[in-house]
Amino acid sequence: MKSVIVHSDLVQRMTRRKRRDAAGALLYILPAATIVIVFRLVPILAAFTFSFFEIKMGALVGFVGIGHYVKLFQDPTFWYSLQTTIWFVLGTVPPAIFVSLFFALLLNQKIRALGLYRTVYFMPVVTSMVAVAVIWKWILEPDIGIMNFLLAKLHLPEVGWLSESRGIFQMMANGLGFNIPDWAGGPSLALVSLAIVNTWKGLGYNIVIFLAGLQNIPQQQYEAARIDGAGTWQLFRNVTWPILTPTTFYVFIMSTIVSFQTFSLVYLMTAPPGGPEDSTKVLVYYLFDKGFTPPASLGRASAVALVLFVIILSLTVVQRRVAEKRVHY
Amino acid sequence: MVSSAKIGHVFNRSSIHLMLILFGLSMIMPFFWMVSTSFRSTMEITRDPHRFTPEVLSSDFGAEGTRSEGEERSPSRIFANYAEAWQSAPFARYFFNTVFVALSCVLGVVVTSSLAAYAFARMRFKGRDWIFMLFLSMMMVPEPVYLVPSFIIIARLHWLDTYYALIIPWTVKVFSIFLLRQHFKTIPQDLFDAATIDGASRFSILWKIVLPLSKAIMVTIVLFGIIGSWNSFLWPLVMTHSPEMRPIQIGLAAFSQEEGTEFGLMMAATCISVLPLLIMYFFAQKQIIASLASSGLKE
Repeated sequence: MKSVIVHSDLVQRMTRRKRRDAAGALLYILPAATIVIVFRLVPILAAFTFSFFEIKMGALVGFVGIGHYVKLFQDPTFWYSLQTTIWFVLGTVPPAIFVSLFFALLLNQKIRALGLYRTVYFMPVVTSMVAVAVIWKWILEPDIGIMNFLLAKLHLPEVGWLSESRGIFQMMANGLGFNIPDWAGGPSLALVSLAIVNTWKGLGYNIVIFLAGLQNIPQQQYEAARIDGAGTWQLFRNVTWPILTPTTFYVFIMSTIVSFQTFSLVYLMTAPPGGPEDSTKVLVYYLFDKGFTPPASLGRASAVALVLFVIILSLTVVQRRVAEKRVHY
Repeated sequence: MVSSAKIGHVFNRSSIHLMLILFGLSMIMPFFWMVSTSFRSTMEITRDPHRFTPEVLSSDFGAEGTRSEGEERSPSRIFANYAEAWQSAPFARYFFNTVFVALSCVLGVVVTSSLAAYAFARMRFKGRDWIFMLFLSMMMVPEPVYLVPSFIIIARLHWLDTYYALIIPWTVKVFSIFLLRQHFKTIPQDLFDAATIDGASRFSILWKIVLPLSKAIMVTIVLFGIIGSWNSFLWPLVMTHSPEMRPIQIGLAAFSQEEGTEFGLMMAATCISVLPLLIMYFFAQKQIIASLASSGLKE
């Protein structure tokens, strides 16, 4: 009898404690939750809502359904800007992966002064995009910049790095003395220049990630393969590359997500921003333009935001799915 | 040593070093070029745009016959561009804004993340995992997506062009909560039990036991926060308009738009803007590289 009373008393005390604990726990979450709700969740839901409304002075004035999306999809500038963004991603991500993997492999050769190399390669990563943009604007300056000077030294034609709206394929064709149709002209040299600068800034980061991946490969794997008589290329092809796949995939998706959101370089390096002839007007710049340059259309900007969100969300989901499935060892 | 034999078969040691050094040069040359240009006057740059080392470093600098009519040239003017840049824009104010905002954000992040992560990791309550998932899902939404509505919210709060706009929304970093939660989960339950038996309250367990055990991860969060805040661009660009409120990045961008053709001046200003972070980087580079690599931060 007594034990039952003690027991029920304990249960009562514990439930009371639990309830108090739960209330207490919410207090711990409250500061973070408030900020997350007010400055993340609400704006995200608002972006969604805005894309279906007409907005004047920050207030919803009329439901327009999918009107903004229809207008957006009818706007050739939008499609052009999506195409520009994809060119930018293509110009940034694969080269960055190959170059950084190559140098990570070199660094992984139990090399001396590894730390020193890594420190130098990582410098552009900690430098702000603004500083990088300003430095490279000087390097790529058409008249007195060092890059054109070096080209001239090599007896190559000087080019207007950031002011050239012709596609790079078109430029190559022109160099050989003929013209190709506009649709095959490729990304403008200005866009390619931005992609190069962007890649330059991010290489050190990718190298560090790849190096960590390489250092995780168990040495026994190599020994076994060597005993089987594998050559250098076969070792890379059959041991390094497959084991490194998750790292490569991670770098691939992360760089793609980041490149899709490029804004600062376009804003800072091209004049007028997004130019020449809109050839560097990437998606986020298009969004910024619609959202903050008069005559602004917040509804349209929000529709762009949603499109961007869907693209990036799909990439993230693919990354998660594959990362879960593909654990290689 | 097997792996070293791997590429070692294709390239020998010295050619590996040669390639690594050439690549290193391509990383460092733009910085060198920035510093070199920053010591040269506009006249010097126009006369010889591609000079490798600045004139001030040559032994006959300032001597008769090396200067043109009316050109002031004395070794004491080595920092002339720096002085001029510093005076022609309120860089001191920009720096103060950046440092103040970065430190406030980081302080906020440390406090809010510790509390939230502690609850997510070591307390039981209804909807805990659901709320945590909601937090995590916020990480998947890129900044440009919520930029326009954020602007309206900040405007409604009358926070445009104030420190509130630059600080408050960034006092929470979901990724920091995530990192801390993972770490808190690894602390053995015995420690908590022992402390509870000794009569410690939940908060004092957090303060006296959990946080002292989390110094390493806190360093990561702090570095990650400072670098992120220092280099952020889009948000302050949209949320500030007066020069007094600009962080250094926006200040430098504005300066570059105003003085775009004065390259010596521009490079001096850029040098000023990157120096503090690069100094921090050289002192804490191991932690910085490890933190950034683990946190997936990239501009």
